[in-house]
Amino acid sequence: MEIFGRLTIDSLPFYSAIAASGAAVTMLGALSVMALITYFGAWRLVLFDWVSSLDHKKIGIMYIMIALVMLLRGFIDAAMMRSQQAIAYNNDGYLPPGHFDQIFTSHGTIMIFFMAMPFLSGLINLIMPQQIGARDVAFPFMNSVNLWLTAAGAGLVLISLVIGQFSTAGWTGYPPYSGAEYNPGVGVDYWLWAVLISGVGSTMSGINFLVTIIKCRAPGMYLFRMPLFTWTVFVTSILMIFAFPALTVACGMLALDRTFGMHFFTNAMGGNMMNYINLFWLWGHPEVYILILPAFGVFSEVVATFSQKRLFGYISLVLATVAIGLLSFTVWLHHFFTMGSSANVNAFFGIMTTIIAVPTGVKVFDWLLTMYRGRIIFKPPMLFTIGFLVTFVIGGLSGVLLAMPPVDYLLHNTTFLIAHFHNMIIPGVLFGYLAGYMFWFPKAFGFKLNEKWGAWSFWCWIIGFYIAFMPLYVLGLMGMPRRMEHYDVAAWQMHLIIAAVGAFIIFLGIVCLGVQLALSIRDRQQALDLTGDPWNGRSLEWATSSPPAPYNFAVLPKVRSVDAFWDMKQRGVAYHQPDRYVDLVLPKNSFIGAFIGGAGFVFGFAMVWYMWWLAVLCLAAIALAVIVRASDDDTDYVMLASDVKEIEDARCAELAKAPRNEMADDPGFAGEPVLEASA
Amino acid sequence: MTATTTMDATPISHEKYEERAFGFWIYLMSDAIIFALLFATYVVMLGNTAGGPTGKELFSLERAAGETALLLLSSATFGFAAVALANADKSRSLLWLLVTVALGAGFLFLEFREFRGMIAQGAGPDRSGFLSAFFTLVGTHGVHVSIGILGIFVIIGQVLIKGLTTPVVSRLARLGLFWHFLDIIWVAIFSVVYLPGLF
Repeated sequence: MEIFGRLTIDSLPFYSAIAASGAAVTMLGALSVMALITYFGAWRLVLFDWVSSLDHKKIGIMYIMIALVMLLRGFIDAAMMRSQQAIAYNNDGYLPPGHFDQIFTSHGTIMIFFMAMPFLSGLINLIMPQQIGARDVAFPFMNSVNLWLTAAGAGLVLISLVIGQFSTAGWTGYPPYSGAEYNPGVGVDYWLWAVLISGVGSTMSGINFLVTIIKCRAPGMYLFRMPLFTWTVFVTSILMIFAFPALTVACGMLALDRTFGMHFFTNAMGGNMMNYINLFWLWGHPEVYILILPAFGVFSEVVATFSQKRLFGYISLVLATVAIGLLSFTVWLHHFFTMGSSANVNAFFGIMTTIIAVPTGVKVFDWLLTMYRGRIIFKPPMLFTIGFLVTFVIGGLSGVLLAMPPVDYLLHNTTFLIAHFHNMIIPGVLFGYLAGYMFWFPKAFGFKLNEKWGAWSFWCWIIGFYIAFMPLYVLGLMGMPRRMEHYDVAAWQMHLIIAAVGAFIIFLGIVCLGVQLALSIRDRQQALDLTGDPWNGRSLEWATSSPPAPYNFAVLPKVRSVDAFWDMKQRGVAYHQPDRYVDLVLPKNSFIGAFIGGAGFVFGFAMVWYMWWLAVLCLAAIALAVIVRASDDDTDYVMLASDVKEIEDARCAELAKAPRNEMADDPGFAGEPVLEASA
Repeated sequence: MTATTTMDATPISHEKYEERAFGFWIYLMSDAIIFALLFATYVVMLGNTAGGPTGKELFSLERAAGETALLLLSSATFGFAAVALANADKSRSLLWLLVTVALGAGFLFLEFREFRGMIAQGAGPDRSGFLSAFFTLVGTHGVHVSIGILGIFVIIGQVLIKGLTTPVVSRLARLGLFWHFLDIIWVAIFSVVYLPGLF
């Protein structure tokens, strides 16, 4: 039976009813998606227009679809933890310890690697090239590879529910517990290969975005004219390029330890487990800023648009972003103050950690001052932004508390820490991405999302957040450690029940998101965005049609100031049609990216189950696919000027039908600048 | 959807090649971080021999010098190939590429013999933390060299089939960056791993 490695029939999850039903839901989900595609007869569309697409907008949409599915999966994990802890006072609750441990591990892994990272890459892909007036990213094919490598990682996490088990070592996978000696099963291997494979994709995404921003800007788009979202992507890309190798090295060494019996992080034989923890957080702390900086970028765009004012302190926001990017590499040790570095080392990292709050504070003031004397329009993205500002500051304050090593010694690994980082990540990252999702949805699909249900979702999210996480601060101060499967302290239970109620309200928020999407699709004819500029926008992504043509811009825009599109509207040249169009070169679709992702998935699966022949086969297949692609000199096609003209003429006809600004009905609309549609 | 026309060879603008070269430089920097962390780990693990053999007992200057000579020479021959390419001398550039492959394969052969010898005397990567770090650092470089050799074979094939077209020449330039980069990494390995092990 060498052919299947260590995979046997016992690997199926019949050992527990809950695990078996999780597997069933996963399988049913996959099957029903396939059934739906078959029902609508959409396989051709899915395969030839989407899976093989190298169009950055479609790749962005697919990234966000992965993120939303994984958000649901990660939330189910969270709800299971909250309900277990709510009832597990002096009893075992309904989850056995090994299963509970898998759940908190997969919750963290999914939310960071397969919800936040794809959401981030999706928003960047969709918007950043349009904001700088580019026709695509610098490397469209690599973009597709990265998408499918991310999907491969997400697939490994999902399939661990069906075949085998997931890691019980937490999303950080600390050795020696995650080593082969204490954790001989397949769980940690699933975690490792999911993280490693998607991590390669993230590193290459960083390279792609950085080269795009440096090399593909439209004429006149100087660095200090770039929209703030693009600036944050610029810094985030640099962090991705330089931080993700640390994750690759840490996880790669752990995989070598586990698979080939090496001794990087083992207890004996000269292993040094502290080295793992340093390497992991050398990636892990910059990762926090990788996630949050683009969200800051979204907030900057949203706050300026819906305050109908130019962003306050543009330069200071840029400098603060860059400062955060640099400082993010100098604070990693604050994740393990208690590991016994000397007092002076701890003091240095404590000071650096408090310093990083300064540029963040600068940003908060800039956003507040943008709103000051603005005419604020309370659309859902703006609600999320205001909710973020209030809530994030509280999380920042608890972070400054934790930055002090003596305080950290008391609170390390308590639920206070859990409350703190959720208090940063939910308002900071998730609210930012949801704001971006609602803000840019019309750009991607050509119709607006239902605003009532968006607002409902916001209120559920923010109220649910407070009710779910404020009790965890209290519990942390009461001394409750994180990751408790059951406990015997009566005083904790009430707080845990309140927290579970909060989780339920957040669940309602997710339901509202679903209802919002379903209703918006049903009623899309009433909410069409004909101008491509539904919010009276300021940056260049609003100059394209909604959804944009494959080439984004028929004629590259000439940028004269920050808020390039606003400036063009004021000068009355925003919708100017040129006398003649030129042929455009665009990338052809390719299945090789999806093939590499599929082979990556099978490779990970083979490594988890020790099917060496299959792993080698997959590597050879990937090498072959890369060689085939690298030998292909005919990867682009030419869109003829006449075709471009046809698309652009149709767009102008639509513009003529809807020449007035769609925001004009909103109370508080400032009424400028004048839209000039060419009839 | 509008009809689109495919042409046999779509002209790619000069900027596209510049973007690719720039992107490749960035990739090399990212790869350099991987090696930097492997070096840092190696230095941290130097004393963690767990009673097993130390570098001083295992390394041989002659072999390391031989490996170094082969790899440095291969960088030079890759340079000659690039010069021949600049003169549009197809056969000479192919010749130098083949010499480069031979030198790289010689390097890999020496490294393979070194690894095999160490494993045979019970000093494999599972013997101690120090040896895990050694094999991973030097082995990662070896894997890179192997990929580089595969890349040279692919580029030789492309030169033979397609000739010295602009895309092929630009790929060869990036492959050259990769090859010289590996040389620099090797110089660091020689200095950090083999030289101190001798004293």
